[in-house]
Formats: sequence, C-alpha cells, structure tokens
Amino acid sequence: MKEEIVIAGFGGQGVLSMGKILAYSGLMEDKEVTWMPSYGPEQRGGTANVTVIVSDERISSPILNMYDTAVVLNQQSLDKFEKMVKPGGVLIYDSYGINTPPTRTDIKIYRIEATEATIEINNSKAFNMIVLGAYLKVKPVVTIENVLKGLKKTLPERHWHLIPMNEEALKKGATLIKE
Amino acid sequence: MNDKVTLMKGNEALAVAAIRYGADGYFGYPITPQSEVLEKLEEEMPWETTGMVVLQAESEVAAINMVYAGASCGKTVLTSTSSPGFSLMQEGMSYMAASEVPALVINVMRGGPGLGTIHPSQADYFQAVKGGGHGDYRLITLAPASVQEMVDFVALGWDLAFKYRAVSMILADGVIGQMMEKVVLPEQRPRHTEEWIRENCPWAVNGRKGMRPKNIITSLELDDDKMEENNHRFQATYREIEKNEQRCELINTDDCDYLIVAFGSMARISQKAMELAAEEGIKVGIARPITLWPFPVDAIRKAAQGVKGILSVELSAGQMIEDIKLATECNYPVDLFCRLGGNVPAPDEILNALKEKLVNKLG
Amino acid sequence: MELNDIIRPENRVYKKPSLLNDAHMHYCPGCSHGVVHKLVAEVIEEMGLQEKAIGVSPVGCAVFAYNYIDIDWLEAAHGRAPAMATATKRLMPDKLVFTYQGDGDLSAIGTAETIHAANRGENIVIIFINNAIYGMTGGQMAPTTLLGQKTATCPYGRRADLNGYPLAISNLLAQLDGTCYVTRQTVYSPAAVRKTKAALKKAFQNSMDGKGCSVVEVVSTCNTGWKLTPVKANEWLQENMFAKYPLGDLKNNE
Repeated sequence: MKEEIVIAGFGGQGVLSMGKILAYSGLMEDKEVTWMPSYGPEQRGGTANVTVIVSDERISSPILNMYDTAVVLNQQSLDKFEKMVKPGGVLIYDSYGINTPPTRTDIKIYRIEATEATIEINNSKAFNMIVLGAYLKVKPVVTIENVLKGLKKTLPERHWHLIPMNEEALKKGATLIKE
Repeated sequence: MNDKVTLMKGNEALAVAAIRYGADGYFGYPITPQSEVLEKLEEEMPWETTGMVVLQAESEVAAINMVYAGASCGKTVLTSTSSPGFSLMQEGMSYMAASEVPALVINVMRGGPGLGTIHPSQADYFQAVKGGGHGDYRLITLAPASVQEMVDFVALGWDLAFKYRAVSMILADGVIGQMMEKVVLPEQRPRHTEEWIRENCPWAVNGRKGMRPKNIITSLELDDDKMEENNHRFQATYREIEKNEQRCELINTDDCDYLIVAFGSMARISQKAMELAAEEGIKVGIARPITLWPFPVDAIRKAAQGVKGILSVELSAGQMIEDIKLATECNYPVDLFCRLGGNVPAPDEILNALKEKLVNKLG
Repeated sequence: MELNDIIRPENRVYKKPSLLNDAHMHYCPGCSHGVVHKLVAEVIEEMGLQEKAIGVSPVGCAVFAYNYIDIDWLEAAHGRAPAMATATKRLMPDKLVFTYQGDGDLSAIGTAETIHAANRGENIVIIFINNAIYGMTGGQMAPTTLLGQKTATCPYGRRADLNGYPLAISNLLAQLDGTCYVTRQTVYSPAAVRKTKAALKKAFQNSMDGKGCSVVEVVSTCNTGWKLTPVKANEWLQENMFAKYPLGDLKNNE
C-alpha cells in the first residue's frame, strides 16, 4: 500500500495540522510516513500545502509531481492541483468559494460541503477534521481509531478533552461523501 | 510500536539527537529554515535533565566562537544555522580547524546568494567541502537524506570530530529540515565526565588541575616554519580521513545505463525519478554521497563503470559536478541538472532532464 | 651583616608571582600591559585559583598573554573573547574565566560580544586595557582615541565630524543589568597599581561567587603609539586621558 496525498488551501484552514494528524495516524499503524510542508511567509494567510505519503515500504521522494489524492480547499489550490492527480486518482474539494469547478473525467471527484458542515455542528475549528473524515471515507488508509491515537500524540494533554469533539467531526465528514 | 519510534521534523530530530548523544552545549542564533533546532532545545530544557547548556547567542559570529571555546575545553558542543549565518561563521570555522578542536556544525541550507530565499538549496556545497574560510582546511561533511539520518549523523559527526580532532558538519537542506518522518531515537547517553575529558582530551583547556603543564588553544603561530609544520600536520589528518571515512549509498548501480549522483533531498527525489525511468525501460542507478568531504571517490568510480553517462542533480549551479568529474577522471560524459534559488524539482523534471541531456544524446 | 643574612624569606619585600614565567615579554618598555599581567598573575595566585583560572586572550598587543601567565588559555578571534568566555564559564561554572582585551578588540570589532556578554550577566571578568590607540598594528585610531589625538589614521588629530567621538564604553556597560561591578583604574603610579589589584581581586571574587559580569578598565599608556618616552607618556595620561575617562567605580553592587 502506498498513498501519496497533497492537501492544499489557505493558511489558517488547518492544512498542515491535518497532514500531521494523518501522518501520525500512519505511524500508529507502523507504516512509513513523510510529511512535507510548503513553508515560509506564505503560511500566514496565503496558500499552504502539505504532501503526505503513507506507505508499507521505504519512501523515496517526499516531493511529488503526481498524487493519488488531492484534497483542495480553495480555488487557487484547485487550479494548481487538479492537473496533478494521477489518472484514476481522487480529487476532494470543499465547495465553499469555488467558482470554477474541476472538469477532469479520468479521476474521481468528490465535492464536499465542509464549510457548511462546520456551521451545522457549530464548530469552525473542526473544519480540517471534517475534511479528514471525508477523505478517510474515500481512502481508508488509516482507521479512525488510529487517527484519535495520533491526535492524542500531537495534542498537549491539556487539550485531550477536545478529542471527542474531533471524533464527532471525523464522523460528520464521512457523511459528506456522496457517491 | 515502541516509544523510541516517533514522527519528527528533521530540525527537531537534530535537537533531540544532540541531547541524547550527551551534548554539553548548544550555541546558536535563529534563522529560517532551521530555527526549530533551538526552539526544540529550549522546549526540552536539557539543562534540567542532562545538564546540557543551551544558549541563544547575539549573532552567528558569537555562536560559532562560543562553540570554538566549548570545543577547546574538550566539551561536546554544536551550533546550527542556515546559509547566510554559515557565511558569518566562516572565520570561526577556520580558527577551529587551525586549533584542531572537535565540534559539530549544522547548516540547513537555503537559497542564496545574499539574503536569498528561505527555501531549500545546496549551494553551500563549495563552502562546506572546500573550506569556506581562510587557509587550507577541510570539514568532515555529512549529507543526511532522511530525518533518521539527521539523528544518526549527529552521533557520527561527533564521533568523527573527536576521532580526528576536526570539525564535522551536517550539510542538510530545507527539505530535510522541514519534513517529518518516522524516526527511531537512540538511548540517552551520559555526558562526558571531567575525568573522561582529562584522559581523552589532554589538550583541553579546563584548568591546571594538579598543576599540570598549561594548555593553550590558539590558531596563531608567527614562526612561518612552525606554521608550515602545522599545515602539514593538518593535511596528514585530512589524508587519513580521506582514506578511512568515505561513505556513499549505491542504489541499483550494478546494472544501470545511466548514473545519477545526488545528495540529501535531491537523492530522495532522484530515486523517484529512477522509479519513473524504470517504468519507461530506462535503467538508472543512483550514487548518493553521504560524505561530501571526503568525497566518495572510490564508490563513484565503481558505480560509474560501464555507464553511458552521469547526471549530477543539484540545488546548486554545478558545484558537486566538479568532484564527480575529478572522481571519474572525465572518463564519462557528465552533465548537470539543477534548480536554483530555493526551487526544488519534482521527480518528473529530473527524469525529463535525464532524457534530454543523456538518453536522447547517447542512446 | 653579610649579604646572605639579608637574603631570607622573612626579609623579602617583593617577589615576582610564580605564575608569571620568565619568558621575555614582547611589550615595549613603559607599556602598561606588563604591570597588569603581573597583577593578574599575582591575584590568581593569592586567591589560590591557579588550577581553576582560564584566560581568554585577544587580538591586539596582548595576543601572547598566554605565553607569560602560566594558566590555561584560549586565544580568541578579534573581538570574540567575551563569547568564548561565555561558553567556557557556562560549560564549567566552577572555573575562573576572564578576558583580557584592548580598546580595538573590546570597543570596536567586539562591541556586540562585549555588551551582550555583560548584559546576560555572564559570571566572567572582562579586563579592558584602554590606551586610546591600536598598538599592535602600528598606532591607528581606536574608538577610545581622544579628540585632537594624533594617530596613524587620524594624523592631524581626531575630529568629531570625521571620526566621531571617543567611546567611554565602560559607562555603557555600567548601565546594563547584567554587570555587577564596573570600575575604571590605572597603573601609572604605585598607589594606582595597588587600587587596580584590589579591583581585580574583587572582580575575580564576583566571578567565583556568580554575581554577574565584572569589568575592570585600566586606563593605560602606549608610549610607542603615542610617540612619547615612558615618563612623558605617564604625564600625558594624567593630563589628557582622565578628563574623558575619569577613575573610580562606575558601578559596585555589593
């Protein structure tokens, strides 16, 4: 098994931490993982993206030109990464603020309403966990149980009480995937 | 999964590895993209556990001279910086080489020249392997290609530094520094005791206990003949290091038509290019220098045997390619593919360059 | 009374400190460095710190201080002595660590290291020889050169509009929270020498007690650089230097 993912959006949407949680979850399953962020001033309000690779085998390049899955959370990222999904791959995008939807027919495209879902569950901070829940519904590369374990590993103990809320967001995300 | 296995950024791994090795002191100045080293050390508070000193200096100039002093005291000390900061440290590097003190210096390279960019680069290759400061000296230069190697090379760097009384450097780039990977951490080692230092570093400046003869660490020798003698001694050490310490990873080089030579992050990305090439029936091998100085001449020569051509893949405008040509004595066509100024190539760019520069020309 | 009756330990009125060796000093006759070297050696010996003392010598005339005083030494790059002393003391807090620097080393190229080591309150001693000129390189202008004073690089006398003003850096250092003791002394007379010795002793004790950074400035002569005889240099010192660099404690936290 090898899954090469890019997650891209605005800085502040939790792109990097979503990637980090996914990477930790992979670690919990004893898989090889790499997490490679775009870094620098563009993180502050500009676009941010992170490449996460989860694999059973040693990983060669942490930087890729084609991805199995692209999770994109704004128009800019959609424009950039739609063409970088491997034929037969997956593109998941949040519908909010998208004026020009994707057009490729050789990949599977999932439009999710994650921003609206945050309003439904009244928690804007859970946005990235909702998106992660949606992604894992499509590509169950790690179990929800291991995501929660990974969360526990990344969060300081004083924030552990937030874990049930994150679990709820993951589940909410999964419901957003419509075949 | 045991608790020594964790996920960590390359820069953070350097910090943890230094503590676990039993480092006595870190002295550094923040600069992107490696500030996490100092941040992680401050967060870990090793002065409460192992007694390690951690100090944010007022500049890279001060930091390297603090390292120079610590090394002169026989202590296990390090600093880390990125390219512009490394330029500022060159004077100190030269002094340390001249004083024959063991230290570890880490450069997580970014794009230059000048203030440049904060993104990955390998353009300090010459500065590292040819001796960036004044005078004839060399640095044992280790090039990690994974977060695990960031950890492992901290120990290797110090082991070699103390073995040869030389400065070791870890020459990483922003990719290796900023990415997170699975890493296995070593056990905590105790710091060297004063007794150990007195026994193993009899030259160290640590006070005339028992009124032993005084120790002086200086790089000054105004007598030209004596200074020449010193230089010959340095060179003899360097020849010894060249003989014993070349390290290189060879991947698929036994049966390849084309050889890519790349280090650090570029070796990782080139590996993916190699996989893509294999899908097209192009046989590519990779030689990844682990020591950039001493350059792994023997391994490169062996890997090059029978290939149609060699591609040096660099984040610099043709620096390592000179050493490849020297190592292979210009017996093979050698070409360059590079990205500059903080840009990093994707695997397909490397494959396309390989085809354009070698495969299509040489068949 | 025979000569041998006089040469007895109980009759001894003066002795060279044993840490000051017999190496031939390269300092010019009349230079203050020799006197201060002797005081440093004497104080270390009297305090019983010869097994713990580590000196950091500068770039400047005192670069070879390590050849004359028999303790362990580091020789710093130009201006970096306080950085080296910082690391040395932090890594070995039980040692006596001091720098010995001139006005170019301390107050020009090494200003940043000096101020920051002092401001961090490093438990080190900074001995600052201020003779208002660059001695080793042949008499060029220092930051501490007085207005009107002639040097190789201000041959018509220092002018504020061209060269800026003389820098009384010890006054700056006295304002920093990290310094516990900043004093300005001199060694042109036996009385002054005794005061400087007392100042060094206090500074070294501060270092061992972990009280913070101590600075002992010694307003000194450079008769060669000043192009005067040793006696005339002593007179010039009193007539000109003390107006800009008045003697006494600038700070003394008891």
